[in-house]
Amino acid sequence: MSGQHRNHANYWAFIVHRVSGIALALFLPVHFQVLLLAVRKPESFDGFAAWAEAPMVKLAETALIVLLAAHLTGGLRLLAIEFLPWRDWQKSVVAITAGISLAAGLIYLLNVT
Amino acid sequence: MSAPNDIQSRNVQTEARLWLAQRVSAMILGLAVVVHLGTIIVAVQGGLSAAEIVGRIGGNPLWTAFYAVFVLAIAVHAPIGLRSILNEMTALSPRRVDLLCFIAAAFLAVMGYRVVRDFYLIGGAA
Repeated sequence: MSGQHRNHANYWAFIVHRVSGIALALFLPVHFQVLLLAVRKPESFDGFAAWAEAPMVKLAETALIVLLAAHLTGGLRLLAIEFLPWRDWQKSVVAITAGISLAAGLIYLLNVT
Repeated sequence: MSAPNDIQSRNVQTEARLWLAQRVSAMILGLAVVVHLGTIIVAVQGGLSAAEIVGRIGGNPLWTAFYAVFVLAIAVHAPIGLRSILNEMTALSPRRVDLLCFIAAAFLAVMGYRVVRDFYLIGGAA
């Protein structure tokens, strides 16, 4: 393998889609369990929310937002490729998905701080 | 038709159905995640608390329906994606991968359903 296939935006879009998908699948059970606390043990949930105010946790949350937005926009890109007739603009969609994902993270960060 | 061909055509049909389920759930999730990202940005302003979340969605039939569909679409979508990754990138046998992904689907559905049910039953939203 020459490795040249890696030197392409679409290859990285493929990797980001897989990595973000795995990360989100692992995060979801934790997310559900914490949400359950809000109903069953509100004081535990609020303790968790206070812990989550730490800057490192906010950064981790921001990373999750970027991953969610990346999986969303990357998935919409795949649906467009699969279900819409091919157009040249689809070549530049990877850059747009990256831009939207980073923007979503920035908007989140600006709203939690 | 001989037996191997039957098995082969059944596999092709299964793969086609999973492919379709993955895309249909993706379209639902495409809408749901846009709403979810918007909700997150609004909800985190002023900080999150149990009372804030329950006051916003507890007992609300529209949010309950939204999150029920959201959870169901996730339980369909995530395991099929994990199945592709495990089949292509690990040495696990296809049968073991199918079993793991079926467990993942049931796990996500049950975990998510409990949250949706509890938030509906507690009530409290205006």
